[in-house]
Amino acid sequence: MDALDLARWQFGITTVYHFLFVPLTIGLSVVVAGLQTAWHRTGRTEYLRATKFFGKLFLINFAMGVVTGIVQEFQFGMNWSAYSTFVGDVFGAPLALEALLAFFLESTFIGLWIFGWDRLPRRVHLATIWAAAIGSNLSAFFILAANAWMRHPVGFAVDPATGRAHLTDLAAVLTNPQAISTYLHVVSASFVVAGLFVVAVSAYKLLHRDRAPHPDEPGLFRRTLRAGLVTTAVAGAVVALSGDHQAKLMARYEPMKLASAEAIWDTEQAAGFSLFAIGDHEIGEVGVGRNIVNLEVPYLLSVLATGSPAGEVAGINDLQRQFSEQFGPGDYTPLIPVLYWSFRLMIGLGLAGVGVGVVGLWLTRRGALPRQRWVYRIAIAALPAALAANIFGWILTEMGRQPWTVVGHLLTAASVSPGVSLGEVAVSLSAFTLLYGVLAVVEARLLLRYVKAGPDHVMPYPREGEPEPDHVTAFVY
Amino acid sequence: MDLPTVWFVAIAVLWTGYFVLEGFDFGVGMLLPVLGRGSDADRRVVINAIGPVWDGNEVWLITAIGAMFAAFPAWYAGLLSGFYLPVLLVVLALIARGVAFEYRGKVDDPRWRARWDAAIVTGSAVPAFCWGLVFANVVRGVQLGPDRVVRSGLTDLLNPYALVGGVATLALFVLHGAVFLALKTDGPVRRRARAVARLAAPAAAAAQFAFLMWTQADHGTPATAAVALAAVGALVAGGVLVARRREGWAFAATAVAVAATTAVLFGSLFPVALPSLVDPAFDLTVADAASGPYTLGILSWVAVFFLPLVLLYQSWSYWVFRRRVTRAHVS
Repeated sequence: MDALDLARWQFGITTVYHFLFVPLTIGLSVVVAGLQTAWHRTGRTEYLRATKFFGKLFLINFAMGVVTGIVQEFQFGMNWSAYSTFVGDVFGAPLALEALLAFFLESTFIGLWIFGWDRLPRRVHLATIWAAAIGSNLSAFFILAANAWMRHPVGFAVDPATGRAHLTDLAAVLTNPQAISTYLHVVSASFVVAGLFVVAVSAYKLLHRDRAPHPDEPGLFRRTLRAGLVTTAVAGAVVALSGDHQAKLMARYEPMKLASAEAIWDTEQAAGFSLFAIGDHEIGEVGVGRNIVNLEVPYLLSVLATGSPAGEVAGINDLQRQFSEQFGPGDYTPLIPVLYWSFRLMIGLGLAGVGVGVVGLWLTRRGALPRQRWVYRIAIAALPAALAANIFGWILTEMGRQPWTVVGHLLTAASVSPGVSLGEVAVSLSAFTLLYGVLAVVEARLLLRYVKAGPDHVMPYPREGEPEPDHVTAFVY
Repeated sequence: MDLPTVWFVAIAVLWTGYFVLEGFDFGVGMLLPVLGRGSDADRRVVINAIGPVWDGNEVWLITAIGAMFAAFPAWYAGLLSGFYLPVLLVVLALIARGVAFEYRGKVDDPRWRARWDAAIVTGSAVPAFCWGLVFANVVRGVQLGPDRVVRSGLTDLLNPYALVGGVATLALFVLHGAVFLALKTDGPVRRRARAVARLAAPAAAAAQFAFLMWTQADHGTPATAAVALAAVGALVAGGVLVARRREGWAFAATAVAVAATTAVLFGSLFPVALPSLVDPAFDLTVADAASGPYTLGILSWVAVFFLPLVLLYQSWSYWVFRRRVTRAHVS
């Protein structure tokens, strides 16, 4: 165990943790903005109550996304100073743009939205949540463009005098095919999570509708359930299409990642999609792996990766030989079992989540609500499944890039901060893990508490015979 | 002025914006138990005075760091890896504090609120001290050898000059926050904030005087001397103005003091980004650290168009929430 290993664990833990909150921020901001728009258009108090209820849940999550994002902005410099010095000219630009164009928009307008309910004209107040939502969705583009550049570096040249990368074409970085495809995939997957969050909350409240404090409450959740299901199904279609595109890009730009994710050892034509495999590959031993067991769907991988059933898919052993010749001796294989299972769990859990959305739409057609309680429990379970699918997607993306930070140009081992000691990283890793662990428990309990308390808690239903108040109160701390 | 110099100034401007804005947030956070003692309503007045704006203020830090990464990669990398533990403390503090603002009022339980209050106080005091410590050390220099790697241990960082720097920024932000609350609240909190500001002003001015004169003696130029005197003068003026109930002008004065202090630090540094204590030949200069002209050019255009836009909508947000916060507002 050295400082490099701990720095990698820290990056993995803090980034995965950050991404537990990001999909909800991206997707739920738009859902809440949509609910508020519905209230603005129809004037129905039900939509206002739904806006405030889901808005509160959104804010509980939003805070965690913001503060864990601070770590990301600092961590490259703290733990990866060699990487930062090498790539800053290229990689830093999207990060600076993200802060200036997106984060300011997001955080300033979220403040206006939270505290501005009774200060701003309704139309202007509605615009503030849309501005915040646009900020969140825009920030994702910049950071994903930066990430895509690490996997498929374009628009730069390495200065032979300093050994540092220099940006030569920003447009190429921002229109990197990997960036656009990844953006669609990640953002639509975020909307699946947000859709299923609304579904899970609504299903929970409908499951316990006998305890509703007001006869109108089940009606509200019936509507939000449908809205969540529609969001999930539509976003799910985009996830599937962009995922298919991602596989083709992976075959072209990151063949080792695809080969590892599929446990294809030797280059194949008409390759099948593996469902279950047990491989034989000693870690550190290169170029001689094989599968002992492999159950596969014929031709499917070639179709996914190349669009043709006869298409060629490069194998790990051949790629390892090729890279050793190209970049010098070394191990160019990522951790194959991690990739193989992450790929399957991402697809399996993701499809399960989207499937719940599609089946749910059918079950709730024409205002029907299923009677069986287990149907609601499955709808609730779809949320952690979709969130896990997002995480496995990132593990595949990041672990699949190894041993590189910038593919073909900089190895992870050469990226770490040379001046930061093992002890220092141990301190930061422990501190982050501890703090994040505590905050996860607090956040989850707070969300549950607000879900249980329901919309009546954030915007009380009027007592019998009384009209709804015509004054909208602001959130305050 | 060549592009690296322009961007050195731009980075200084972003840090100035950050310290002027989040400086009072830190002060407000640190003063929470003092100004809101005995009354949760008063504590909520204190927090809600910065409620709508603190998050936007913090983005100035994210932008300053992001812009350093893009414009001066080696500076960004050397600073954050070289000051690993103080930067870690700042990050942990900002996490705890940000969550605390959002979560404190979400459960109606005194123990729950007391814990988050502690997080707000610590989470504000730690960065207020650490930023002074870090920037004093940046001006003083770091263990930077021929391999261009910063190897400063904790013992290097905890020198008397840097500790004075930490105390100076801490006192400065306490005063800045107290004046802000005097300006932005009404009732008992406003009265107490004024009293605290009157007490804090001489202490902050003295600490600032010590820190800036020390800086001037070791690293200064004639220009920084004038700015340093302006900073101390503005602090004295801030104390006098707040005592005379001219809270708006007092806030302008403490804001000028924060900006002038930042200007002195960056002014003492230029044309070096990270001085080496080992040998001046190993100094990381602004020119060495800078990104290429293409990147700096793009960043310049983006900043010219978007920074005014950001200033515009942030100012609008302050305008929307211009009313003083009172107990009636939070009940």
